[in-house]
Amino acid sequence: MSSQQTPTHSIDISALGRSESGVDLSTAEVCLEAKQLNLFYGEKQALYDIDLKIPKQKVTAFIGPSGCGKSTLLRCMNRMNDLVDSVRIEGELLLDEKDIYNKSVDVAELRRRVGMVFQKPNPFPKSIYENVAYGLRLQGINDRRTLDDVVERALKRAALWDEVRDRLHDNALGLSGGQQQRLVIARAVAIEPEVLLLDEPASALDPISTLKIEELIYELKDKYTIVIVTHNMQQAARVSDCTAFMYMGKLIEFGDTNQLFTNPVEKQTEDYITGRYG
Amino acid sequence: MIRHWIKSGQPWIWLSASTVSISLILVFGLILLIASRGMVHFWPKELVEFQYTERSGQTGAVVGELHETESVSAERLRDAGFELTDDDPFYERLLIKTGNRDVGGQDFRWIVGKRIMQQSLPVNLVAIERREWGNFYGYLQSIKEKDQVIAEGEAVTQELSARLRRALAIHAQIREMEKGDIGEINYAMERLRLKQRRLELDGEDTAANLQAIEQERDLYQEKYNKLQTELAILYEDINRDSVTATVASGQVVEIPLSKMVRVYYPNVMPLFGKMGFYIAKLWEFVSDEPREANTEGGVFPAIFGTVMMVMIMSVMVTPFGVVAAVYLREYASQGVLTRTIRIAVNNLAGVPSIVYGVFGLGFFVYFLGGNIDVLFYPEAAPAPTFGTPGILWSSLTLAILTVPVVIVATEEGLSRIPKSIREGSLALGATKAETLWRTVLPMASPAIMTGLILAIARAAGEVAPLMLVGVVKLAPSLPLDANMPFLHLDRKFMHLGFHIYDVGFQSPNVEAARPLVYATALLLVVVIVILNLSAIAIRNHLREKYRSLEQ
Repeated sequence: MSSQQTPTHSIDISALGRSESGVDLSTAEVCLEAKQLNLFYGEKQALYDIDLKIPKQKVTAFIGPSGCGKSTLLRCMNRMNDLVDSVRIEGELLLDEKDIYNKSVDVAELRRRVGMVFQKPNPFPKSIYENVAYGLRLQGINDRRTLDDVVERALKRAALWDEVRDRLHDNALGLSGGQQQRLVIARAVAIEPEVLLLDEPASALDPISTLKIEELIYELKDKYTIVIVTHNMQQAARVSDCTAFMYMGKLIEFGDTNQLFTNPVEKQTEDYITGRYG
Repeated sequence: MIRHWIKSGQPWIWLSASTVSISLILVFGLILLIASRGMVHFWPKELVEFQYTERSGQTGAVVGELHETESVSAERLRDAGFELTDDDPFYERLLIKTGNRDVGGQDFRWIVGKRIMQQSLPVNLVAIERREWGNFYGYLQSIKEKDQVIAEGEAVTQELSARLRRALAIHAQIREMEKGDIGEINYAMERLRLKQRRLELDGEDTAANLQAIEQERDLYQEKYNKLQTELAILYEDINRDSVTATVASGQVVEIPLSKMVRVYYPNVMPLFGKMGFYIAKLWEFVSDEPREANTEGGVFPAIFGTVMMVMIMSVMVTPFGVVAAVYLREYASQGVLTRTIRIAVNNLAGVPSIVYGVFGLGFFVYFLGGNIDVLFYPEAAPAPTFGTPGILWSSLTLAILTVPVVIVATEEGLSRIPKSIREGSLALGATKAETLWRTVLPMASPAIMTGLILAIARAAGEVAPLMLVGVVKLAPSLPLDANMPFLHLDRKFMHLGFHIYDVGFQSPNVEAARPLVYATALLLVVVIVILNLSAIAIRNHLREKYRSLEQ
């Protein structure tokens, strides 16, 4: 916990002490792959022909101006868009080479494999413990000792354990916003997903909480494939290994973060990251 | 200036505030009126002896409690056959509770104030509360044991209180035996009879089976005979003593102690004595069974019936309403059909309640109950079991009467659960049903409770439909007792609301019953308030627990 470290607002790619070289997308192991993905809300098309390969155990960031479809694309990955009545999806989205929009896919099972954290922290009005144990209880795990273990492990991984260990059975709504968001991450991590989707996880938080979340993302990368949507380009630059820039429902550019931020191929990308629009 | 004031909207605020205050004042005034009229009833009133000139011109003594005075026109009195000497246009008239219905035929009479010669409060005037014929007012003469005079004059008071205590103890014993033990045997014998009939119907009435039943029956019969002999002894015991007393007119009456409830001298009662009397009467009112066509005694069976009916109704209406609301809000596609259904449900709340009563009688009692009888209780035929009004059908009828309220409140609650909570649950791999069950419904439970509170408030005061589907003037036994299966949903029950109607408007003794109407009404209000408060307490607890995310 390095709380004295203030978040940096310049585009500093080596922030958080990262030193590895870029990701070679052509050789990296693919976790999620979109093929000619089109999405419509009723008549209105929101995503156009998305082709994208998300590498395994890396952090992939989606950036782009508001309404460009990055959240929509993210929500396709665990079929959250199913909740919208008028939505229609064409094309394929492969998780480990299997189309998740196939009829035979059990959506609940898919969401167990692809966890999600939302923009606003949304803990259940239950105790901290029960929040983390929720996903396990859904799977029918009610053994006290197992639950205790998993809850502790998940909270530790979400860097929240030290703050809440004495009040595990207090209502989760008593936590601060940043703590709540880490709790929600712990809740998602507790069920051991393969992919973790983060939809602007730090946008409602103060800078210190944001920093903690970013550190957390960096920690979690070892075990999970992380996809993060963010408005904050510095954040994308700090935490991600590869970045996708989207504009008007189209994927404009996708590549290694260092490369995309320092040497974008597309004009639109350059305009966006240099702040000429958006 | 004025125009500015009107424009500012202030007049409307004042108007609404004053209407609200007027409504509140009316409500509290009404409750106060009911309370004052009802609570006074239990306070012991002084017994006045009037020297009164009757219509015929004779002067005699009238003894009784003064209940009310009013002024009437001279004309009415002349029409009634009074000869009036002076020419006042109005005369004062007094309503006296004279008691002694066995002597005078009625226990209230009006006397004209002008014709009272003299009035006094004799200290030895006694009031005896009896199990039949209402109160007795008069003077004690002697006390007898098996027609032998034991005490006379002053000594009677002492002797009577000891002997009355004994008689009351025996009475309690008899009642417990009759209600408890003998009731149990009767119930068991009836079940045996049904069992035998069942065997006959099923063609399994083999000699062995019948023999077993016969043996069991003999066992019960033996027990019964034993109890009967015990009872006979007790009855003899309780009928041992009696008192003789004179009424105001001088007639001598003999009253057996077995018929007495309490004896008191209201004119010499100290304040604390009166308070004790008041509390005892109040306790009797809420804990005892009614006597004398419901005009005396307590209303416990009615309280019990009301509360139980409301509880059974709550148990039925909550799942119905919640399931319907969940379907309408969460699963049904929000089209024209759903909207129509929703409007129809809302309008159901406006259907006159008697219509529900008729529906309940036709559908629940005759159709459902009749078919249940044919299918499951053929042995009891032709006597109906469920094919007759009962507490189950009453509760069900009120449940459909109040289900719209629960549906509307639950839908409201479901719509207020933030979408993010549902998404959070779904994202953890919960199905829609799991999300509903584990997260959404618990969070909506305060709203469900609100619906239930409204339902209870409506149902507890409802009388009209119940008259068709299960309420009776006097139910011989409570729907919950010690006999298997303990909860008798087929039984008829008593209800406070119906009790008010019955006592107030169907009673042979209207004057005596009027204060009881107030007391019962107050009790009904109190019961409803208690039911509501407990529901509100539960809701507030749930609210605290599921403090939602609307920060």
